[in-house]
Amino acid sequence: MNDAQFFDRLKEIISPYVQNQEAFTDLKEDTRFIEDLQINSANLVDVVLDVEDAFDIEIDNDSMEKMLTVEASLKVIKEKLEG
Amino acid sequence: MAEHTSNNTRVVITGMGIVAPNGVGLSDYEQALREGRSGIAFIPRLADLKFGCQVGGIPPVEQHHIDACLTPLQVRNFDSDGIIYGMIAADEAWKQAGLELGNEQFDPQTGVIFGTGTSGIEKLNASMKMVDEQKVRRLGSNVVIQTMASGVSAFIAGHIGAGNQVTTNSSACTTGTEALLMGYRHIKAGYAERMLVGSTCEHGPYLWAGFDAMRVTSQRYNDVPQKASRPMSASAAGLVPGGGAGAFVIETLESALKRKAPIIAEVLGGQINSGGQRGGGTLTAPNPKAVRRCITDALTSADVAGHEIDLINGHLTATAKDPDEVAAWVDVLGGEKSAFPYLQSTKSMVGHCLSGSGAVELVATALQIQHDFVHPSINSEDLHENIAALVPREKIPQQTISASIKTAIKASFGFGDVNGCVVLRQYNS
Repeated sequence: MNDAQFFDRLKEIISPYVQNQEAFTDLKEDTRFIEDLQINSANLVDVVLDVEDAFDIEIDNDSMEKMLTVEASLKVIKEKLEG
Repeated sequence: MAEHTSNNTRVVITGMGIVAPNGVGLSDYEQALREGRSGIAFIPRLADLKFGCQVGGIPPVEQHHIDACLTPLQVRNFDSDGIIYGMIAADEAWKQAGLELGNEQFDPQTGVIFGTGTSGIEKLNASMKMVDEQKVRRLGSNVVIQTMASGVSAFIAGHIGAGNQVTTNSSACTTGTEALLMGYRHIKAGYAERMLVGSTCEHGPYLWAGFDAMRVTSQRYNDVPQKASRPMSASAAGLVPGGGAGAFVIETLESALKRKAPIIAEVLGGQINSGGQRGGGTLTAPNPKAVRRCITDALTSADVAGHEIDLINGHLTATAKDPDEVAAWVDVLGGEKSAFPYLQSTKSMVGHCLSGSGAVELVATALQIQHDFVHPSINSEDLHENIAALVPREKIPQQTISASIKTAIKASFGFGDVNGCVVLRQYNS
């Protein structure tokens, strides 16, 4: 999976939780989940669970707390995949 | 608190909404009531689980009802029917009252009292299994909001932007009637101009099992589901469980007139009490003195005499308690047998919607005031002899009749020996 594919897969995962479609259409590496996409903070847990299922990885609480932007989330996913 | 409010404040119903086993939405429900249409069906899952009572009333909710008031994100991994029913009913009531949705501001003059007995039993069941499998971190974010008792009032408040008190009451089968009265008192006391009130009840084997185990359910009519709920009948065999929700927008008359809102009926007064589990009252049976007192106090509160009542919408569950309830009505209302008001049980068509029952049946009561009819009590063809001795047959219609219903009274009784009674009247300026 190349970087663009990781990006697209993450975009698909967060899509149901996004409440600002404009920012979502214009999704970038530095897009912030809460501030820009207006994802309800409670739903960040669900994003992480969906990421776990999609990539068959387990994300610990410390890593989860970092997953607040597209870039940070992709970094965590890649780290976990590399084990 | 506004200075002009006082005990003389009149409170009116300006919107209603309904999710019932025999109809979703006011027009469908009214049609069902007029036709004497039963919402009771055979439920294969109950048979598979070896329930004694294998029939019940499940509202025919369709996806479009849900889509009209909940976003796809809100219903993601959703397994709490009571909240969905409450939301659909509340949304209909709010819109009928001519009130706006999507307002960015919260309204400090609007509150919510929306009751339930339980919330998200199916969701809890699935969650408990995951917890036992040591998968607590995999539960997701929405277990709490679907299983907290106040989930339904919280969802509704968010939908309409309520900024006054938002809470959930719970008093077993009295819940819906109690919610309306609590909202009425809140407005009368001047704490809010408008309240969205009502109650909901989810359904299914985990909720109904306890009633089945108590043998209070109707277990002899599984092959004829629509005959199973038989309030006031000599062959009544117990309650038929159901689910659903009823909702009301109630507000000060002043606010309704100012908004030029449609006025469906006026809430004249009512009473909520308990028999203290004394004098024959127990956790599961009502103290007959307290029942009489509740009805008497409701009439006093409404400043209405017994002979002014045109219609009684009883609690009447199709258990052995029906004749006792009718005796209480007769004792309190007084008068000649021939002058007795119309008497009915909405449960004959919808079953016993438990924590939703008071609200579901109050919507039926208000619809009959609004549209001048008396709905039938189906399956009462063989009236119980103790009821026939007190009430003329023609006052318990088996077919819908047209009649001007000016004043109606509705009571609900619940486990815990709790009672609620409301008096509604046709609005007259």
